[in-house]
Amino acid sequence: MENELHVPTMAELMAKGETADILFWVGCAGSFDERAQKITRDICRILQHVGIKYAILGTEESCTGDPAKRSGNEFLFQMQAMMNIQVLDGYEVKKIVTACPHCFNTLKNEYPALGGNYELIHHTQLIQSLIDEGKLKPADGHAFQGKKITYHDPCYLGRANEVYEAPRKVLESLDAQLIELKRCKSNGLCCGAGGGQMFKEPEKGTKDINIERIEEVINSQATIVAAACPFCMTMLKDGVKIKEKEQEIEVLDIAEITVRANNI
Amino acid sequence: MINQLIFALCFISAIVLFAKNARQIYKNIKLGRALNRTDRPKERLKTMLLVAFGQKKMFKKPVPAILHLFVYTGFCIINIEMIEIVIDGLFGTHRFLSFLGDFYAFLISSFEWLAFAVLLGCVVFLIRRNVLHLKRLNSPELKNWPKTDANLILITEILLMTAFLLMNAADQKLQLYGNSHYIVAGSFPISQYLMSLLPSDVSSLILIERTSWWFHILGVLAFLNYLPYSKHLHILLAFPNTYFSNLDPKGKLTNMENVTNEVKAMLDPTFTPPPTDQPIRFGAKDVQDLTWKNLLDAYTCTECGRCTAACPANITGKLLSPRKIMMDTRDRVDEVGKNIQTNGTYVDDGKSLLDSYITREELWACTSCNACVEQCPVNINPLEIIVELRRFSVMEESQAPASINAMFGNVENNGAPWKYSQMDRANWTSQQ
Ligand code: SF4
Ligand code: SF4
Repeated sequence: MENELHVPTMAELMAKGETADILFWVGCAGSFDERAQKITRDICRILQHVGIKYAILGTEESCTGDPAKRSGNEFLFQMQAMMNIQVLDGYEVKKIVTACPHCFNTLKNEYPALGGNYELIHHTQLIQSLIDEGKLKPADGHAFQGKKITYHDPCYLGRANEVYEAPRKVLESLDAQLIELKRCKSNGLCCGAGGGQMFKEPEKGTKDINIERIEEVINSQATIVAAACPFCMTMLKDGVKIKEKEQEIEVLDIAEITVRANNI
Repeated sequence: MINQLIFALCFISAIVLFAKNARQIYKNIKLGRALNRTDRPKERLKTMLLVAFGQKKMFKKPVPAILHLFVYTGFCIINIEMIEIVIDGLFGTHRFLSFLGDFYAFLISSFEWLAFAVLLGCVVFLIRRNVLHLKRLNSPELKNWPKTDANLILITEILLMTAFLLMNAADQKLQLYGNSHYIVAGSFPISQYLMSLLPSDVSSLILIERTSWWFHILGVLAFLNYLPYSKHLHILLAFPNTYFSNLDPKGKLTNMENVTNEVKAMLDPTFTPPPTDQPIRFGAKDVQDLTWKNLLDAYTCTECGRCTAACPANITGKLLSPRKIMMDTRDRVDEVGKNIQTNGTYVDDGKSLLDSYITREELWACTSCNACVEQCPVNINPLEIIVELRRFSVMEESQAPASINAMFGNVENNGAPWKYSQMDRANWTSQQ
């Protein structure tokens, strides 16, 4: 890979007397989950490729508190939020990009009441605007041409914040066959991980939610399902595995698709 | 004269009784906590016009939407006919509005078409409910009373519309016979086909006309008083309920200010929280801990089950049903209201919304995906209630599933929901 990845932290930049135009909020999944780490690195590659001056918080980043809040632990949520706001404001952060719709939602909608006001963009929105500006363009003969691709709407990007178009724009730029799932956009079906479910066993029922979702993906005949959330990624990937469809269906994040299509 | 008196008596007592019941519901809703939903009046009005008046969200499902539109427009417009019926009833006139001439004919003919549309809609609805066994209309929470309620509403509407058409048919015949009381007025595109079914002698016709007239008006008055006991209340409450909709992004959960003060005091010892008059409960255990909007939601719920049909937990066989959350809340607030009515003030009955109505299993199955909120045709938010109950369970009782408690511990100690050290957060940068 031509791009040696160097990911600056806010602290580093500050020590050099520099600032970043945008903070990349990595999130817990993006930091620790092996599969999500790949996506995190791809986002850095994209940022580096188009020359955006960015930085991460690194070890100064902490959980936004989203899973705590949705599980009813408002104390823990607010503790997390206030500490994060202190760090963010310390670096005079104005604009934040993140790959996690849960972080996106919490930082964008729930931090202002506690004094944290930032402009939030989701990485799919960033990629869309880079495509619009002509800074990203799928390379000739890229791997996705003519492929059947479908997109799974993350609840916290879609219904919660009504971002439906950005990820689709990215896929439309690919010259691929975009198939919509039966339940999509505002009617999209949850992957099963939100609201604290990621961290516990599901209640008993007839099946797990991600299985229901994967069955829908299988029915769509798509060979690639695009995700835009690290939790959805885990759930879809597990679903594909349980259904033994790993040979036929690939789960990729919008950022990974962009990196591959653009040969970054 | 005696007829007019009886009419006036029925009419006034129906209105008084309704006002009394409406007041009780208003009081019950006021049991909820305060919440300000009066900002952005323009946006609110627009939401109400689109969602309640314009039925915008109904059209996600075209077939029931069209049928519902029949019944809804029919019901609204035929109520104009009620003005005439009331005037005729009070003053002993007949077809009082007929001086409107051609316009009157137009009105009556459109009422007939609408009555027909309502009839048709209700018949199809009955079939959908009782013969086709649609999953959405056959969940466990709809057994017993809710099922009877739905059928009662449909049958009553069918009877009312039939009476209306029958009345017109008899009236027409009497008009043709030149009966002096039955002035020639109106146009009857539907009921003209019923005329041949009716007897030809004048006295039987008058009997049929009068009986239908009385049946229609008494039916409507009775129906009005049935509303407060029924899911059918949505025909009134859909309007305020959509007006007071949540206008924030769906993903935004409320900020608990009482917690903010405590957290601020913890992080900054110099901070003194503003004094509060009494200790406030964190989250909700019972209906009084919810906001009035949650309670208005509960009274507005039409039990249509669109929320439940879209709920990922319910789809995959879990116990959670957002419709049941709303029905439970309504049942409980009714119960608390009665309790206060009998005892003067609320006397602990050993029950609460949490546990007596909604179980922990239901509560913890929710993914907070907002599908229920998105689907509800009258902008009800079951998720808010779920979150409030979770808040109580976690913050007041420290009762959460063990794995959720472990997650809390990790967030608190490591700044991540998993057991990784915060110092390892940027390790990914050094791997390729
Ligand atoms: S938010 Fe909860 S109750 Fe509503 S649809 Fe999603 S899982 Fe079901
Ligand atoms: S909450 Fe809304 S969608 Fe659910 S049953 Fe009631 S009216 Fe229907």
